[in-house]
Amino acid sequence: MANTLNIIQAINQALMVEMKNDKTIVVYGEDVGIEGGVFRATVDLQKTYGKERVFDTPLAESAIVGTAIGMAINGLKPVVEMQFSGFSYPAFNQIISHVARMRNRSRGQYNLPMVIRAPYGGGIRALEHHSESTEALYSQIPGLKVVIPSTPYDAKGLLISALRDPDPVLFWEPKRIYRAFKQEIPEEAYEIPIGKAKVINEGKDITVVSWGAMIPDVQKALKLIEKENVSVELIDLRTIAPIDRETIAQSVKKTGRFLVVHEAPKTLGVGAELISIVNEKAFLSLEAPPTRLTGFDTTFPLPRGEKHYIPSPERIAKTIMDIVKY
Amino acid sequence: MDFKKYNPLENKIYQVLNHKGEVVNKDDIPSLNNDQLVYLYKMMLYTRIIDDKALSYQRQGRMLTYAPNTGQEAAQIGSAYAMDKDDWLVPAFRELGAWLVRGVPLKNIYLYWYGNEWGSHMPEGVKVLPVSVPIASQMQHATGIGMANNIKGEESVVVAYVGDGGTSHGDFHEALNFAAVFKSPVVFIIQNNQYAISTSRKIQTISENLAQKAVAYGLPGIVVDGNDMFAVYNATKEAIDRARNGQGPTLIEAYTYRLGAHTTSDDPTKYRDDKEVEEWREKDPFIRFRKYLVDNNVLDENWEVETKTNLEKEVMETFESIENNSDTEILDIFKYHYEKMTPQLQEQYDDYMSFLEGGK
Repeated sequence: MANTLNIIQAINQALMVEMKNDKTIVVYGEDVGIEGGVFRATVDLQKTYGKERVFDTPLAESAIVGTAIGMAINGLKPVVEMQFSGFSYPAFNQIISHVARMRNRSRGQYNLPMVIRAPYGGGIRALEHHSESTEALYSQIPGLKVVIPSTPYDAKGLLISALRDPDPVLFWEPKRIYRAFKQEIPEEAYEIPIGKAKVINEGKDITVVSWGAMIPDVQKALKLIEKENVSVELIDLRTIAPIDRETIAQSVKKTGRFLVVHEAPKTLGVGAELISIVNEKAFLSLEAPPTRLTGFDTTFPLPRGEKHYIPSPERIAKTIMDIVKY
Repeated sequence: MDFKKYNPLENKIYQVLNHKGEVVNKDDIPSLNNDQLVYLYKMMLYTRIIDDKALSYQRQGRMLTYAPNTGQEAAQIGSAYAMDKDDWLVPAFRELGAWLVRGVPLKNIYLYWYGNEWGSHMPEGVKVLPVSVPIASQMQHATGIGMANNIKGEESVVVAYVGDGGTSHGDFHEALNFAAVFKSPVVFIIQNNQYAISTSRKIQTISENLAQKAVAYGLPGIVVDGNDMFAVYNATKEAIDRARNGQGPTLIEAYTYRLGAHTTSDDPTKYRDDKEVEEWREKDPFIRFRKYLVDNNVLDENWEVETKTNLEKEVMETFESIENNSDTEILDIFKYHYEKMTPQLQEQYDDYMSFLEGGK
C-alpha cells in the first residue's frame, strides 16, 4: 500500500510502524508526548503506544541522552529528541564521552542501540540557536553515525534502518523542507541502508554532492542552467558518517569535476572531508579544483539576514558554471 | 533504621559503630552472621592489599596511574554488600571494594589500570558498568537503567557512585531530578572523601552537607558515617528496599576520607595538613571494624594471618599474570566502534598492518 506524505509525516510513520514491530522502542524528550513534538514528528505516538513508551521529560538535554544510555544498556531502544540541533550542546558530553564510546570501552559488552533525532538547519525564520547545521561536529567522533534524509521516502527508510541499527545513530532532520513536498511512499516498513549515498541524477560533466535541505536548492539551480548543456551528476550523501566514499570517487572519476554544497560553515566542514576523499581517490581524473559552496564561517544570522547565509540556487548555478568553464 | 531520624537539613549523621569500634546504636546492629562479618572483613583486607601492591608497583614503574581507595573501604564494601544478585552497579572510578563485592575479578581491575580496555569487559552476569571518567556523567546512566526497569517491569535496582566533587556537576542534579520524576529505582551514593583532587569539599558547596541536595528534588537524603560498615550497609539496604518497592530513588552521603592521594599522579601533602590526616587515621574504617570483630569474638587471628598471606600471594600472581601479557591487540583498537567496521576503519587498519609488515 502506498500513501502520500511529507518528510515530517514520513518520520512519524516510521516511528509508528516500527514501535509496533519492536516493543523495546521508547520515545521521549521535550514536548514529544502530549504535544507530539514542536514539529509534530511524534504526534499520536503517545495515544497509540501509551505513556510508558512515549513521554515528556524535564527540560534537560544531557539527562535525556544520559538516561537513554542507561536504557540502551538495559535492553531498550530509546529514541530521544533534541528539540533543535542547536539545543544539543548540553548533551554533547554524554554523546561524545559515552554514546560514542560505550561499545569500544566495554570491548563489545555494551552496544547502544539508540537514535538521537534533531531538526537541523536554517531558513525557517527562527530565533537564535534554532538554525544550526551541526553535522560536522558529530561526524568527527568515532563511534557515531550521522544520517540526514532529504525526501519523505528516504526519511522513513533511513529512520527505520537507524531504529534497527545495533549502534547509536544521530538522525538530523532538514526542518526547512519538513513540509516542502509530498511523495508517494509504501505504508509498510522498509529500510534504506545507512552509509550509502544516492545518485539522484546521472551526469558526465560535474559531480555535485549535497544533503538535507540543500538538495532541493541544488535541483533549483540545475533548472536555472538547464539550457547550458551541462550534464550534472547530483548525489545525495544521505549518511554523513560514515561517508560513502566509493559512490563519490566513482562519480568524480567519470565527471572530473566536483562541487559540494552544504549549509554548515565552510572551514573544517564535511565539504573539506569530501574534497580530501576526491583528492585521495580520484586525483588523476580532476579537470578543475574540487570546490565547496557552503554557509559562511559566521554565526547563523537572525531571520533578516538568513537568506544571505544559505547558498542560493543562483549561487549554486553560478558555481557549477565556473567549475565547468575552469 | 529510620531515615526520618537523620534529617540532613538538621545536619544529622547516622552511625552504628563509633571510631573506636564501640556500638553507639545497639538496635541497628545488622543481622549478619559470623561468616558474613568475616567475609566483609576479608574484603577490607583484600582491598588494602590490592591498593598497597598497586602503589608499590607504581613506584617501581610497573603500574600506570592508579586511584587508591584506602580509607573508603566501608563506604564501598558496606554499600555493595546490601545489593542483590541482579542489581546493577554504576561506578565512578574509585569503587574497588564495591567492584570486588559485586564479583568483578581483580584481573579486570588491574588490567583496566594497566591500560587495556578488556579490563572493563565484565564476566557474564556481572552487572557492573565500566569506569566513567567524566565526573558525575554516570549518574544519568544509572537513572536510565532504572527507568528501563520500570518500563520492563523488572525488579532489580541500581546503585550508583559519585564523589563530593561530582555533586557540583549539572549531570548530578539532572540525574537526581529525572530519577525522582520517573521514580527510578536508584540508590545514589556520594563518597564524600573531602577532596576532589586538591579541591576541598568546602569549595564545592556552602550546603552544610551533600545529602541536603536531595531535598529540592523531593527524594530522601541521609548522611551516614562512611567509615562505619554497619551504618553504610543499613542505609543502603533501606534505600534499596525502598527502590525495589517502587518508592523511587534515595541519596546517601557516605562521609569518609581519602587517606591516600587522588591518584598516584598527585601529592596530597601540598593541599592538606598532616594533623587533619592523622585525625582521620584514627577514624579508619578498617581499624574500627576489626575492633568490633575482635571484641565480639568473631575474628580468629590465625585465620587473619593466613588469609592475609594467601591474598597477598593471589594479588601478586594476578598482577604478574597481566604484567607481561596485556598489550592491546591492534585489531581490537579498530573493531569495537561499531558492530561492523566501516570501510574507513578497515582501510586504516589494513594500511597500518601493511606498514608494520613492511609493505607500503
